[in-house]
Amino acid sequence: MTRTPYCSGSEGREAWPQSRVGDGMRILVIEDDAKTADYILKGLGEAGHRADHAVDGREGLHRATGGEYDALIVDRMLPGLDGLSIVRAIRAADMTVPVLILSALAHVDERVTGLRAGGDDYLTKPFAFSELLARLEALLRRPHAIAQQTVLTVGDLSMDLLARRVVRAGQPIELRPQEYKLLEYLLRHAGDVVTRTMLFEGVWDFHFDPQTNVVDVHVSRLRQKIDKGFDKPLIHTHRGGGYSIRAD
Amino acid sequence: MLTRLLRTSGFQVAVLYVLLLGVTLVALLGFIYWSTSSLIDAQLNETIEAEIRGLDEQYRAEGIGRLVEVIAERSGPRGGGDGVYGLATPGFAMLAGNLTAWPREASAADGWRELSLARNLNGATTRHVVRGRVFVLKGGYHLFVGRDTAERSLFKEIMINAIVWALLPALALGLLGSVLIGRYALRRVDAVRATSEEILAGDLTRRVPLAGSGDEFDRLAETINRMLEQSETLMTGMRTVTDSLAHDLRSPLTRAKTGIELALRRESDIATYRQTLEQTNGELETILRTFEALISIAHAETGMNRLADSSLDLSQLLGDLADLYQPMAEEAGRVLVGEVAPGIMIRGHRELLGQAVANLIDNAIKFTPEGGEIRVVLGREGDTAVLAVADSGPGIPAADRERVLQRFVRLDASRGTPGSGLGLSLVAAVARLHGAALALADNEPGLRVILRLPLA
Repeated sequence: MTRTPYCSGSEGREAWPQSRVGDGMRILVIEDDAKTADYILKGLGEAGHRADHAVDGREGLHRATGGEYDALIVDRMLPGLDGLSIVRAIRAADMTVPVLILSALAHVDERVTGLRAGGDDYLTKPFAFSELLARLEALLRRPHAIAQQTVLTVGDLSMDLLARRVVRAGQPIELRPQEYKLLEYLLRHAGDVVTRTMLFEGVWDFHFDPQTNVVDVHVSRLRQKIDKGFDKPLIHTHRGGGYSIRAD
Repeated sequence: MLTRLLRTSGFQVAVLYVLLLGVTLVALLGFIYWSTSSLIDAQLNETIEAEIRGLDEQYRAEGIGRLVEVIAERSGPRGGGDGVYGLATPGFAMLAGNLTAWPREASAADGWRELSLARNLNGATTRHVVRGRVFVLKGGYHLFVGRDTAERSLFKEIMINAIVWALLPALALGLLGSVLIGRYALRRVDAVRATSEEILAGDLTRRVPLAGSGDEFDRLAETINRMLEQSETLMTGMRTVTDSLAHDLRSPLTRAKTGIELALRRESDIATYRQTLEQTNGELETILRTFEALISIAHAETGMNRLADSSLDLSQLLGDLADLYQPMAEEAGRVLVGEVAPGIMIRGHRELLGQAVANLIDNAIKFTPEGGEIRVVLGREGDTAVLAVADSGPGIPAADRERVLQRFVRLDASRGTPGSGLGLSLVAAVARLHGAALALADNEPGLRVILRLPLA
């Protein structure tokens, strides 16, 4: 149920950015369907990553345990050895490499199964590449997560997590609880593109497809509060249905 | 008919029962016979013993002459019918009694004998079994006193007759009962079978007839009928799904196809191609949405999501959803009011319930005119949680309320608005999964959807 529609019409939206997660991240794609694999490999290449391809479970596990990858994209249903077994094997070997599971099994319970097996994120087929990239880069960022920080800052905006106070350019901003959570999520992924689906999951903890623009409405409200009246907007909309918060 | 009757379990059990009854009867009468005949034997022995003692005493007191007299009298016509007497000299010459000669099997030694003797009565000779005792008197005389055992044989005969006469009707009645039981079971089962055959042949409206007695067959029939009811609903649903799928998927598929064909037919610039691709993508999105909605419903309906022990704070969920949709409603110029009582816990699946309620709120926003109000209410009534989503839109006519819960049903009035027609059927499926009652009511004006869920 995690899927972001492509948006038709691109006026006023920024193109999908080049990767912000360093150059030349090495990613292993374990996927037996040639078309899907091709689609992912091409996209990853365009985003500036180096991607390798394994066509079945055994080869995938073999190469993954080589240990030289920054992230794995694993299809759940594979010939030879299924995706979940690969993930379990990798985790059993104490490898912490981030794993994104791809699956045609859409239901939230399947998702739970995938995450329990040791996956870090779960993406349902069919998916938009932008969604895959956004999630992958969020995973690649994870090791440098800012869990210990008590103040999150982007440009002249700062959020004090202890006092639950948001200030921009010295002016306090009043936020409702959900707006606060939304902003916190954006700030924790500052500089990254987060998709609507990621927001829906991360802020509201729902994994179904809301079918409407509920998330966008929340973002636009938040934008009203933190960007209105300031020269430089912090929240940016991206083509392909994502948002990011950044200062430049 | 007959072989099928013989094979019914009712008949077989009944026959087994009858056989058991027969064996019990034979054993009982056999025991009575055995114990009675040994009693008779004991009495016979005692009588003979006493008579021998008496005769011996008489002989000792009054001599052989008197004994001959007594025996002659007892074995004579006045002595009663069934006594057998024999008195012989030490050389086995008969002195008195109704034995024509000293029987060889009787021999000389003291002791009990069972002799088979011929008896001549009114010119006809019959063989009789005589039980008696040989006694050697002082002086070497041989005395035999016995009784004809015809009485015992008669008793045996009576007993055997009794067994036969008790057994035959019992067996006959039992067999008749078995046939009746077997036939009854067969008839009831045949009714189920006939109905099933008709259903297999395609007539899904058939139901198993009830006898009205409320017996086990009736209860079985009721269960089967309920099962059939559900099958029929599912089959009808399936048919509707197929029809509607054909309709709902064909339109976007056709649009996508014609778009691509048009773009391929003539040379165009990149922008035009791009537009075609984006349009096609949009159509595919619609198709995928429809598919996903269907899959969600199927999951909820098959109960694949075991509710297990997942305790759910329904108040929290409803509050979250009201907050989630409130800005959207406001943006659209509608008011969303949440009246959520705190701390209502149920057993439930957060995602499915969330999706169902999201569907309801989404619908409510869609159908409420600008300036209208949407209410999301959660309260407690006894041991049920009552969840309601009400709008102030056009509502649904009472006649259509049942129908809109089915898949793909979209009332003509809503044809113009986007949607797959699957929203309410997902709600219905989620309600069923949670054992909740779903009701559509008039909100005067508008629609009020009420879900009653059992509290945890």
